Formats: sequence, C-alpha cells, structure tokens
Amino acid sequence: MDITVNILLTIATAATPLLIAAIGELVVERSGVLNLGVEGMMIMGAVGGFGAGYLTGSPWIGLLAAVIVGALFSLLFAVMTLSLATNQVATGLSLTLLGLGLSGMMGTSFVGQPGERLPNLYIPVLTDIPVIGRLIFGQDPVFYISIALTAAVMWFLFKTRTGLTLRSIGDSHSSAHALGIKVIRYRYLSVIFGGACAGLAGGHLSLVYTPQWVENMSAGRGWIALALVVFASWRPWRVLAGAYIFGAVWIGQLHAQAFGIPVPSQFLSSLPYLATIVVLVLISRNKRLTMMNTPASLGQPFVPDR
Amino acid sequence: MSANHDRANLLEVRGLTKIFGTLTACDHIDLNIAKGEIHALLGENGAGKSTLVKMLFGSLEPNSGEIFWDGKPVTITSPGVAKKLGIGMVFQHFSLFEALTAAENIALSLNDGSPISTIAAKARALSFSYGLPLDPDSLVGDLSVGERQRIEIIRCLLQTPQLIILDEPTSVLTPQEADKLFETLERLRAEGKSILYISHRLEEVKRICDRATVLRHGKVVGHCNPRQETASSLARMMVGSEVKAVVRAPAEGIETAPALLEIRGLTRKPATPFAIPLKNINLTVRAGEVIGIAGVAGNGQGEFFESVSGEVLQQDAGSVRIRGKDAGGLSITGRRLMGAAFVPEERLGHGAAPRMKLSENLLLSRHATDGKAFVGSGGMVKNGAVYSAAQRIITAMDVRKSAPDPEAAALSGGNLQKFIVGRELDRKPSVMIVNQPTWGVDAGAAAHIRQALIELARSGSAVLVISQDLDELFELSDAIAVMHNGELSTPLPIAEATFEKVGLLMGGAEPGHAEHSLEVA
Repeated sequence: MDITVNILLTIATAATPLLIAAIGELVVERSGVLNLGVEGMMIMGAVGGFGAGYLTGSPWIGLLAAVIVGALFSLLFAVMTLSLATNQVATGLSLTLLGLGLSGMMGTSFVGQPGERLPNLYIPVLTDIPVIGRLIFGQDPVFYISIALTAAVMWFLFKTRTGLTLRSIGDSHSSAHALGIKVIRYRYLSVIFGGACAGLAGGHLSLVYTPQWVENMSAGRGWIALALVVFASWRPWRVLAGAYIFGAVWIGQLHAQAFGIPVPSQFLSSLPYLATIVVLVLISRNKRLTMMNTPASLGQPFVPDR
Repeated sequence: MSANHDRANLLEVRGLTKIFGTLTACDHIDLNIAKGEIHALLGENGAGKSTLVKMLFGSLEPNSGEIFWDGKPVTITSPGVAKKLGIGMVFQHFSLFEALTAAENIALSLNDGSPISTIAAKARALSFSYGLPLDPDSLVGDLSVGERQRIEIIRCLLQTPQLIILDEPTSVLTPQEADKLFETLERLRAEGKSILYISHRLEEVKRICDRATVLRHGKVVGHCNPRQETASSLARMMVGSEVKAVVRAPAEGIETAPALLEIRGLTRKPATPFAIPLKNINLTVRAGEVIGIAGVAGNGQGEFFESVSGEVLQQDAGSVRIRGKDAGGLSITGRRLMGAAFVPEERLGHGAAPRMKLSENLLLSRHATDGKAFVGSGGMVKNGAVYSAAQRIITAMDVRKSAPDPEAAALSGGNLQKFIVGRELDRKPSVMIVNQPTWGVDAGAAAHIRQALIELARSGSAVLVISQDLDELFELSDAIAVMHNGELSTPLPIAEATFEKVGLLMGGAEPGHAEHSLEVA
C-alpha cells in the first residue's frame, strides 16, 4: 500500500511543473501570442529560485524569486514581440537559448551545493489518515498551487468578462482592436503571467523535485508543456489530464526499467510522449470543438494602424 | 434643404486629412451630419470613405483637421472614446469573433459588467422589437452573413448611440433583407438618431438618404440631395466621368450550341466545421452564353468554385465535364489544358502572388498552357516573351500602374483584378469561370470587365460568373441560378428573372419553385 501511495506522490511531483508551465502558456496562447521560450523561462526560474533559497536559507523566498525571475525574463519577450513586433517564433526560440546559457553562467557557483527543499504540507491528524491522508493533505505546497491555478484559469477564461475579452483577442486581434479593446496591454499581462508560471514551474524543479542546481535541469519540460497546450486544444482541464498522464507513464516506465523488463529502455523512455499524444489526440478528435478553441490569431504580430 | 439648416448639427468635420506615406487618403474633408437625418457618404472604392469613417470612430488618427460633436471640439483617440461620445459603428469586415456566441460578441462591446445571460435577454428583446430576430446563443461561425450583420446592428443599438455609421451594409444582404434594414433605419431616424450611410449603390441612397456627401480621390466633390438627383448624375459625381453602359447583344441559337461546361451531381462534404456542403449540383453552360450564380455570401459559392476549378478534386470524375470530357479528377493545370480558365475571388494570395511582378504572375498561371510561347528549350524562361505578353494584357485591359512591371501587391484592387481577368481572357479560353469578377472594383473598370466577359461568350465560349452583386448579374447573364445552403436552383432565363424572384431564392425558397413561394409570400 505504501508503495502505491509513494508512486502516486511521485507522479504528482512529476506532473506539477508541466501543469504549471502549460497553464501559463495556455493563457498566453489564448491571447494570441506564441511564446516558445517556456524552457528558457523555466530554467531561469529554477536557477533564480535555487539561488535565492540558497543565499537566504528560505525556500519560500526562493519560490517567490523563481516567479519574479520568470516574469521579468518573459518581459523581455513581451517588449520584443509586442512593442517591437518581432517574429514570435524566432524571439521565443532565442529566449530559450538565452535562458539555457544565462542560467548555466549564473549557476556555476551553485553546482554541487545542497539546497533547501520546500517542506511538504503536514496537518496533524488529517495527514496521518492512512493512504488518502498523505495524498490529499501531505504533498508539497506547489502541488496545491498548481491545482488552484488550473481551477482559477478555467474560471477566469470561461466565466469572467475579462477572460472573454482575452479569448476574443486570441480569436481576432483586429476585431478586438476595432471594438476599442487594448490588445497590446492584454497581451503584455498574459505573457508576464505565462512567464511567472514558467518561473514557478522552474522553482518547483530546483526547490522541490530535486532540491539542487544542475545545469539544464529543466531537461525539455518546457517543450513538453508547450506541446501539452496544443494537444490539449487550449483547454485547461485537458492540460491537467495531459500533464498527469505524462507524469504517470513517466514514473511507470522508470519503475519498469528498474524491474528489468525485457523491452529496450529507449522504447520505455519514449512511452510518456507517445501515451500523452495518443490520449490527447483521442479526446480532442472532435474537429469542430478543436477548431473553436484554437486561437485563430495565434502567433501573428499585431501592429495597430494609426 | 432649409429643414436641415434649422436642425442642429450633431457632427461637424472640418478639414480632416489623413496621409499614408505618399498617398493622401483624405484631403481636407468637410462633413456635417444633422440630428435625425440619414446622410449618405458616396464614393468609389479607394475614394477615402473607409479612412474617413475610421477617423470618426477613433481607429485611425487624422494628420490634421477638427471634429465637433454637438458643437464642441473633440479628439477621438480610440473606439472607446467614440463609443462614449455616442458613435456606434456597423462594420463591413473584421468585427465579429467566429468562435464566440452572438451574446458573447455583444457583451464584448458593452462596457457594463452585466452577466452574459442578461445581455442575451436584452439583445433578444431588442432584436425582436426591430424585426431582426436573433438567437443570442448561436455561434457566429454558424451564422449566415446576413445574420452576422444583425448581430452587428443589435450590438450597435444596445450602446444607444446618437450617430450610427453603417459601412456598405447591404452588400451581403438579399433584396428582402435589405428592405428590412431600411425599415429599421427609418425607424431609427424617427427616433431622432443620425445615420451615416456608406454605399456605392445609388438606388438605395436615393431611396432612404436625406443628404449625400460625395468623395472622389480623397476630396469632397459635392453635397447634394440624392432624391433630386438621378442615379446617373450621382454616378457621374462619384466617378468624375460618364460610365459606359454594358451592352449585351442577344444570344442566338444557344439551345443547340455544344455544352462546354457540365456539372453533374456535384456533391462535397464540408472540409471544415464552418464550411458548406455541396448538394447534388447540376448545371450546363453552353457555348456563347453567360450563366450567373447569385447567392448571399457563404452559401457554398467558394466551395463550388474550388471544386469546379480543380483546387479540390472530385471522387466522381464525371461530376465536372469540360468540353465533353470528364475533368473531375484533374488538377487546375489539367483543366486549364482542356481549355478552361479560372479567376478566383481572392486577388492577392490566390489570384496573384503579391510579392511577384505582373509578368511573373502571368508565367505562373500560364506556363503549362502556353509552354511553347513562354518556356524555351532546356526549361529556360523566355523573359522577353513573358514581358511583352504582360504588356499586351496591361494595354488591353487599361491597367493603371506606377512602374512598367510592378509587383502585384503594388496595384490597387481594381487594377489588379483587371490584370487577372485579362490574363485569362488573353488565352481565349473556351470555358471561363469567374468568382466575384468586380468585387471592390470601381465602376469604370467593372464595366470594362463585364463587357469583356460578354464578348468572350459571344465569340463562342462558355462563361460562368459567381457574384453577390445582383445588378452585375442582371447586366451580364443570359440566365441566373441561385446558390443557397449548398444547393443550386435551376437557371432562370434573364427574360423571366426579376430581383424579387432571385431574392426569394437567395433567401432559401425551394430551388425551382420560385413562383410557388411568391404566392405564399
């Protein structure tokens, strides 16, 4: 029983950073901006979070720093693509490359240092309930943040006027502009929110998942988050499902490899990607729904003619 | 006229100027709109109507000039400011969100925080009171163009504006829908609202407008009372010269002429969620005749054109036959080689590659059919031959341009359309299929294109014209068929066709039963 609980807990830990980064990117893309710099913002959040936590001794300050670093780093992307109307794909890619390089440079003195881990939640009595106690009341704080964030984004996008406005900008920025909606302002705020989320996801990696700094420790998770958003057809609950399927198969195949199952390890390592794609393609096979949820102006620079 | 002097001006514009690079789109425009009048803004495409209106609605910033609202000077810096003043706009393009519902679209333009359900109820009530029924929960992507325009109008009315700007509102409506719109406008005028009505349809302007301001090349060329003018005097003011009437010699012996284009049971499933399926379309176009296809935009005309031109191949090769041979399985080039020519609706990016020169565009569409003339041994392009052919077309169609061989995107829409039509006519095709031949083309050029199409038919070719412009179809066609919801009616010979019959078919009366529906109506 304990093993099952432990496996479920590791699945949640593996899925959390993907979920947070993907939910942030979902909001960005819903506003019509394609930010391919998730990986870069994530790794910057990881190094910033670890550094602040290591220097102050407080993982909470570290987590806050991760969010701020991610947001600031995304501001660079926002200025380039929104104010200067550069190509979003090229700018996003360079943001990733810059983030990977810059974080490596900033983190040289942290390599091999023991970090501070955010403690798991512990509520007397409740956490001690067998099995479900630890699953519901005993996880790391970022897990709870990720679930709350997903629910909040769902509510925001589909139940509030501001969310409707944001979706309308993603559908057609010229129509939105014609109605007097401040397209650029909305997109700035969305991109910064996405950056803060990617930073938080990075902070989770270096303060919870493996509380230490290793160069390139985001290991492609930013790219997986990006893919999740597309395969989830820009719907928050599908992103949640996708992140957990990926996490589950990822942990599952690690255990399978440890058991020494006679299957090539390369195949097992590719399973999480395959499984996630297959499941998300199956749930988004309704072409009409997918089309309606796809932000039609995604990736197109907006320059108001004045 | 004296009545208008008594009334206070709601909006006064003095010396409004907008310059784009070297082009002065609006040159010291003066305009007065009184309270409770319908004021027409007339002008050809490119006369500066849209630019002027965009400045009034705050989406463009004027270079100089003044705007007075209720006698007070104002600067309209954004559409939000315009809305606060009481200016509402019904756009021609780019203003609805397809993936959202009608109510959500309306909510986006209202700045109050009331819930969507309240807005939906208000919109429903208002739409029924004006006789423009609307289902607020329907997705915009599923609606016809006419229904979409209702959303725009209701959205505008919910903001209780004092001045309503309508940009070419009837270009997408059936004649009956347009009548409904005019009733609404007259009712609004009776309520004391002012309307700025932009159009190039002169009969309409004569019918409902109290005053008109005419623009040409960015300048005001006159103010008039349209009721005291004739359609041709208004046209002269707009164009600056007489517009030649199109002459259509009677077609003779059509019944016995060979069928050059035959469509047999053409059926197509929708390719995207918002596309229209084609349902068992049958049509024959014989040598020497022009057949027109009328219909409100978005009823399957685009899908039909794609299928006939070969952009989309058919499963059943016999569903499209050119000069008596099956062509359904052939590509565009294959069908061109059989003697067909095509002019798509979209000029830039479809009819022509925007960043390529006219001569290069000519080569792109004709290298297969005119290989011997344009491509020499070893696949080398004969630049001289291509260039002189391009010049020949430019001269024949009177294409006005700034350079000897400019990029397609550098031409105005009307001039590019003349070149594209000319490029196909130059081949003397035996089957010519044109989608929206004169959309956005000025009256002089439109008459030129229409005359050229009629002459092609009379010289023994089969011509099929798809258009939303009923005046154009009545001018051009020997028979008119109507496309509605992916179905094509049997063609009505032009002698029997009336605006009313065609209008009813456009609105969905059963194909082939126009007479019967008339009785019911």
